[in-house]
Amino acid sequence: MRRADGWTWLTICCALLVAAPLVGLPLSFVAAPGGLAEFSGFVPDALGATAILLVGVGSGTLVLGTGLALLVSFCDFPGRGWVEWALVLPLAMPGYVFTLFALGRDVPGIRSALGAVCIFTLVLYPYVYLLARAAFLAQSRTLLEAARGLGLSRRAAIVRVGLPLARPAILGGVALALMEALADFGTVNLLGVRTFTDAIYRVWFNAFDRDAAMQLATLLVSVTLTLLLLERLARGRARYHQHAATGDVVPPVRLSGLSAVGALVVPIALVGVVVVAPLAQLAAWSVESIREGLLSPEFASAARNSVLLAAMSAVLVPMVAVLLAYGVRAGGSRFAAGAARTATIGYGLPGSVVAVAVIVPLGWLDHRMNAAVGTGLLLTGTVIGLFYAYLVRFLALAWGAVETGLMRIPRQLDDAARGLGADRLDVLARVHLPLMRTGLATAALLVFVEVMKELPATLLLRPLGGDTLAIAVWQATSESLFETAALPAFLIVLVGLLPVAAMIRLSGRRGAELEAAQTAGAWAEEYEVTAI
Amino acid sequence: MSDVRLRGISKSFGPVRAVRDVDLEIERGELVAVLGPSGCGKTTLLRLIAGFERPHAGCVVVGDEVVAGPGRFVPPEKRQVGMVFQDYALFPHLTVEANVAFGLAALTRSEREALTLRTLELVGLQHKARRHPHELSGGERQRVALARALAPEPKLVLLDEPFSNLDASLRAGLRREVELILGDAEATALLVTHDQEEALSLADRLAVMREGHIVQVGVPEEVYERPASRWAAQFVGEVNVLAGIAHGTGVETELGLFDLRAPASGSVHVAVRPEQLELSADHDGNAEVVAREFRGHDVLYRLRHEGGRTVLVQLPSLLLHDVGARVFVRPAASAVTTLVD
Repeated sequence: MRRADGWTWLTICCALLVAAPLVGLPLSFVAAPGGLAEFSGFVPDALGATAILLVGVGSGTLVLGTGLALLVSFCDFPGRGWVEWALVLPLAMPGYVFTLFALGRDVPGIRSALGAVCIFTLVLYPYVYLLARAAFLAQSRTLLEAARGLGLSRRAAIVRVGLPLARPAILGGVALALMEALADFGTVNLLGVRTFTDAIYRVWFNAFDRDAAMQLATLLVSVTLTLLLLERLARGRARYHQHAATGDVVPPVRLSGLSAVGALVVPIALVGVVVVAPLAQLAAWSVESIREGLLSPEFASAARNSVLLAAMSAVLVPMVAVLLAYGVRAGGSRFAAGAARTATIGYGLPGSVVAVAVIVPLGWLDHRMNAAVGTGLLLTGTVIGLFYAYLVRFLALAWGAVETGLMRIPRQLDDAARGLGADRLDVLARVHLPLMRTGLATAALLVFVEVMKELPATLLLRPLGGDTLAIAVWQATSESLFETAALPAFLIVLVGLLPVAAMIRLSGRRGAELEAAQTAGAWAEEYEVTAI
Repeated sequence: MSDVRLRGISKSFGPVRAVRDVDLEIERGELVAVLGPSGCGKTTLLRLIAGFERPHAGCVVVGDEVVAGPGRFVPPEKRQVGMVFQDYALFPHLTVEANVAFGLAALTRSEREALTLRTLELVGLQHKARRHPHELSGGERQRVALARALAPEPKLVLLDEPFSNLDASLRAGLRREVELILGDAEATALLVTHDQEEALSLADRLAVMREGHIVQVGVPEEVYERPASRWAAQFVGEVNVLAGIAHGTGVETELGLFDLRAPASGSVHVAVRPEQLELSADHDGNAEVVAREFRGHDVLYRLRHEGGRTVLVQLPSLLLHDVGARVFVRPAASAVTTLVD
């Protein structure tokens, strides 16, 4: 048995830093038993709304995402290449921005759980779509041909062989979409749907009861973790299936006439409603707001705050991810690998949960330090707390990209470098970092975009006067100042389009159809699934 | 005085004992080849010497320094042991020049440039200094890997199956070239291979390894002519193992009488190399040609002897016998054989 070296310890420290607050959440039930009693009405409401969201968004994204994936994977029609990628664009549209659009256009019946279900389905179906499409394209022609040789029609073969083979991927996508829906705060809050995230916000801000907030967060986490577990289980099998499938890609059926027109028009209309129309409307409102001086006076500082927070996180979070991933590689112990995995559980957890989880240990430290040396509220009263929350929440995102990059570097290069007199830090600086450039850039971009969009944690932890673009959108929208909300929302969507565009370009350059889909799948994975 | 000494080195991975109690000495400037089938622990042995693995027992001495032993472990970057990897492990983001200069970080810029150039000249790649590894052929990559390992003037160069990734047609030429380069650099080198031809033609001395053990060490001729065991005889080259009755310096076998290297008596087995047999066309011969492997300068015949056994015979390709022909097989005039287990 080898002694744990410095790298292993470093990994463990990082992991503790990130995971400890989350592990502490359930302790709130011990610390303040019955803390929820005062808010007992919140729990049934939240459970009811959560159930509606799970069922509605689950079936909505399942049908929409799988249907569209079937269409582009097994059918060929003029413009298919465009449709394939256009369908990914809704990834760039945060729920609360689409809500702003829907509220501003006064869509009837939108202020309801059903309205929330519709919005989530429209902006979250790409998760199912991407994973299902990757799974369909990875299927071997041989299997489907075998089914047809056994007397099944083409359609029956797809239904009885193609779909079941892709089931793990599809379910994985649905679980992801559901996790996003449960984590959302902006949409449900603006629509007046009483979910857990909304309850946490109200308990926190209106009653200022941290214990109750932590207990609500614990309840929400248990739902999310169950989904995460389901997703992992589904994905485990998905890998197996994809490896088992070899052979040619399934040749698509050529559509013609009305069906070809329909295959082109329906997806384009969908993307038009989810992305193009809101962007056009936001642009129009933005122009109006600028012309009529409706822009909130804090707009400039919110934009600056957003960019600063996002940029600094985009440096900080990948840096920690590199330390963590490198610790696992250099330390080489199974313990370090386990620690790293623990450190990435923050992802997939709602921002409000993370905020509630980090505030308690930070608050405790603050009081200690203040009592000792009079530092004031150094951690909770400044952006430090916010950065901590971003680190906990987005570390997995950066870790996935960084670790993928690191794994592609053969260990022989480490050995070669060390044999040439380089110690471990040298190897990192002279071999790994230069080779990981792409992975690091990806990590930085992803974190940047996510921090720009992030609403609930920022809302709960921002220091006084530290509004961001996302908060500006939410605030103006909740006061029905749609024109005021438009410009910040417009900017958030534009930034959000960056990684989506990068993904499309990346896979376009690689050329081959299958590879493109796999890249997209891997990307979707890197983008959202890297937890645990 | 030997430059590198291994004493009782052992290493296990879980229940697998990869390297068992290995002793080996390498003289300064010598090229030693470790020859063994895949999975015999030879790569692990290299990694133990380089410092990528820690031995569970025994010690490794490089120069005057104990680099691994009880209570002592020098990390690889401090050992001054160069390694050429099977797939070369060139840094893909660096040019040829920068790859070679990688291990020279401690030198001043001008020293580094001069030494890099000198080493590239040694391997004949000075004109490709600014290329990247992916722009080179397999053989060129190999020479860069060698140059990179040699540039810091290590006390020992380790080569892990250095030719296995190359086309057969390139191998022989490169082998010669590597031998010359190592000689010019006056490097002490340990090469690991499963290719007996490579080991025999390249090494000053040969260590045959089996299941973690070194079963025989010697100069190539010795290992070939006087195998220590039936297994070693069969692994290093082709062999016929014949049963016979020894009477002092001769042994009577079903193929005839052979001289013995050392006197013996009673029932024995001897290793007879295919080139220690002769055959002539003969309608009433004692064997039939079953297969013929034409190898240019010589031919390997597979015969069925009238006693039922298969016999391998190697002859110069001057006169060919057809498959199916009756032949008479007998000991060659100069054949001296060795007893095996």
